[in-house]
Amino acid sequence: MEAGTIAREAPTARPEIVTRGLEDRPRGWLAWLTTTDHKKIGIMYLVATFAFFILGGVEALIMRLQLAQPNGTLVHAETYNGLVTMHGTTMIFLFVVPVLAGFGNYVVPLMIGARDMAFPRINALSFWLLLFGGMVFYTSVFFEPPQAGWTMYVPLSDDAYTASGGPDAWILLIHLTGLSSLLGAINFVATIHNMRAKGMSWGRMPLFVWAILIYSYLLVAALPAVAAAVTMLLTDRHFGTAFFDPTGGGDPLLWQHLFWFFGHPEVYIMVLPAFGMISEIIPVFSRKPIFGYKAIAAATVAIAFLGLLVWAHHMFATPTATVVLAFFMLSSFTIAVPTGVKIFNWIATMWRGQIVFKTAMLYATALPALFVVGGISGVLLAIFPVDWQLTDTYFVVAHLHYVLFGGSVFGIFAGLYYWFPKMSGKLMSEGLGKVSFWTMFVGFNMTFLVQHSAGLSGMPRRIYDYPGSLHVTGYNLVSTIGAFILGIGILITVINVLVSFRSGRQAGNDPWHGNTLEWFVSSPPPENNFDVVPRVRSVEPMKDIRREVERANRPAGSVSQPVASGT
Amino acid sequence: MMRRALPAGRKRRHLLIALAAACLVLLAATPAALGDAITPESGGSPNANDIDTLYKITLYVAIVIFLIVEGTLIWSIVRFRARRGGPEPDQIRGNTPLELGWTVGAALILVVLTVVTFLYLDDIKNPPASGPNGLRADAAQFASIDQPSPPKGAGRPLNIHVNGQQYVWRFDYPGAQPLFSYFEMVVPTDTTVTLDVNASDVIHSWWIPKLGGKVDAVPDHTNQTWFKIEKPGVYRGQCAELCGPGHADMRAMVKAVPPDEYRAWAVRQRADIKAGQQALARQRAQRETRGEVR
Repeated sequence: MEAGTIAREAPTARPEIVTRGLEDRPRGWLAWLTTTDHKKIGIMYLVATFAFFILGGVEALIMRLQLAQPNGTLVHAETYNGLVTMHGTTMIFLFVVPVLAGFGNYVVPLMIGARDMAFPRINALSFWLLLFGGMVFYTSVFFEPPQAGWTMYVPLSDDAYTASGGPDAWILLIHLTGLSSLLGAINFVATIHNMRAKGMSWGRMPLFVWAILIYSYLLVAALPAVAAAVTMLLTDRHFGTAFFDPTGGGDPLLWQHLFWFFGHPEVYIMVLPAFGMISEIIPVFSRKPIFGYKAIAAATVAIAFLGLLVWAHHMFATPTATVVLAFFMLSSFTIAVPTGVKIFNWIATMWRGQIVFKTAMLYATALPALFVVGGISGVLLAIFPVDWQLTDTYFVVAHLHYVLFGGSVFGIFAGLYYWFPKMSGKLMSEGLGKVSFWTMFVGFNMTFLVQHSAGLSGMPRRIYDYPGSLHVTGYNLVSTIGAFILGIGILITVINVLVSFRSGRQAGNDPWHGNTLEWFVSSPPPENNFDVVPRVRSVEPMKDIRREVERANRPAGSVSQPVASGT
Repeated sequence: MMRRALPAGRKRRHLLIALAAACLVLLAATPAALGDAITPESGGSPNANDIDTLYKITLYVAIVIFLIVEGTLIWSIVRFRARRGGPEPDQIRGNTPLELGWTVGAALILVVLTVVTFLYLDDIKNPPASGPNGLRADAAQFASIDQPSPPKGAGRPLNIHVNGQQYVWRFDYPGAQPLFSYFEMVVPTDTTVTLDVNASDVIHSWWIPKLGGKVDAVPDHTNQTWFKIEKPGVYRGQCAELCGPGHADMRAMVKAVPPDEYRAWAVRQRADIKAGQQALARQRAQRETRGEVR
């Protein structure tokens, strides 16, 4: 960990970091509080966001318990609406977006051969803003949490209809996490543009780095809209303005336009890095290069660009001219093309490979399998006359969970199993991992597949109770049971992380035979990452290095290590 | 190696054909077997039926795509598992014709879906004329302004104003004398009913699944939809936009009755409303004489 231990790895190289005049470093928890090391910050991101993930998950389980039967009496309507709002907000702003920043933080500098992020202190600030944003939001639990849904539609969230401070806590969360994400995004952009290893041209950049770059640009493009909107809501609520208040000449639809101008790119912000992760993982475990590297990178850019042009497909039922609806239908359709290209490329990567099914690969292959369902329901929702039936029902709930859980979260779990050995130096238990995967896979589909049918039968979303006469009781019961199976699956991975961190087997530098530079350094990597940054000659620099090592006929242990045997 | 693998490959090909056939049968049988579980509600009004048809056409295309994608994915996973001592896989990096092929293919499917959507759009969006057995033209019963595209011919629609409020729906019917109801909307059969939907507090969304799609009720905006019910019956729905703690309790029903019955109901309802207003006036006068209010 300390700078002094690095030289052992590459005895012939001249160290480039000179450690003169260094102050004593703080130890223990103070080391974590004051760190500007991208790896430590990355790990703090991961720990904090997974804690929020568990909170959001518990909120979801309470909601599922309430809905298991008609006339549920577990929680009141007010509490239920609070849970709806907390769950959505937590999962989006405090889990999926920042957990990807966490992975990006840890992995991107290593992948591009950099020794840290471009602005290490701003990087630390990003993390602390996120944590405080989450804490401010969750203190509202002790007063009155917001109850207007994560979309916080006006006029319901305005002071006339919600006098309590809940929406204000939400507004502060958006500002703090938004600032965190903006600073983080600028940091990623600066790092990726300027700090790549010699020889790593744009065409040799790992696809996960491409995804984090585009994620960052999208955050910069989309976040100002919501930052403006929540500021306007704040002044509407407290300082007498009427941006959204129809009684004062404002327009509630303005909120929806501003919110979704951010809200839809946010979906791609959440899903593109997960796509990037599995674009790294699938080739490694298929023992084949990624199929159509340029097409996948181009599709990432295309999805991001088109993602900025589809926001009003969340507003098909509002009073809006047909020509506008048609435009947003067509723009939404076009996104299916680059997304389809990616899915076909992943399958083609596996085609005629030698697929090694480690847990990371299981999660990675589940992503396209599940995302296809979300993509297809997305096309149905994009057809605006059909959307008039489906919008604001459980069909949408099912759709968005296939996209964000089946897509993002399965990708995140793939990334966790893939990079945990690098972060901790320990292998995770494959046995527990596989049990966790299959439990999650079954639980996930049980929870959300039937929700399509509940929505089609007429069950709106965000209701604390439904009549037995709606004939959705069976769907809801299955969904609730599935949710608990899903929860158990997630819990097994949490246990796996804790157990493996204490007593996992040594991972070595390169347990998976990776393609990218993070597998070149020790696990966990030294604080300065690289003593000597290897020159990059292809899109798979680590493969080149392994080949070179074999050619030089040196003992395999000195730079790269053989794949850990066993399952 | 390749030659030895051939018979097994052929066997697999048969298996694949059998699987594909099974999938096709399943595809044909699915909608019948699952019935309404995988399609939207319909059967009350022509627009709901057209949406249902449009949905089904898209769903058929989608199921084919789903089977192709999941099929090749599962096939790859099963067929290309790493085997002990298996050969180093070919390091294929791409195939431009293939990649262009699936890009163009995906785009073409979407073009088809666009065309189909626009073919159905007119029938879903624009209200038709009322039928011959609908409510006849009694002058003031009918709307004359502000409709999406006024249907031609004799059967003009009945226009009802729908207002969403926390947590009830109010319906105002046309006519010189006040006629309104809450929660239960009464409409004549075989008559096109056009709705002007708005809200007086927060945003709500009007939705009776069997009678067509949702329209958001937004303060300061008027949104429009329509339905036309053939047979007498009761259709239920509820608010579809989170509007506060009572959102789940904000339900509504549409009761379709023959035109004669509708007229009779309107007369009764008008009388009830008038009686109620007169009673209110009497109460107010009594309170004034008692000095309770000024």
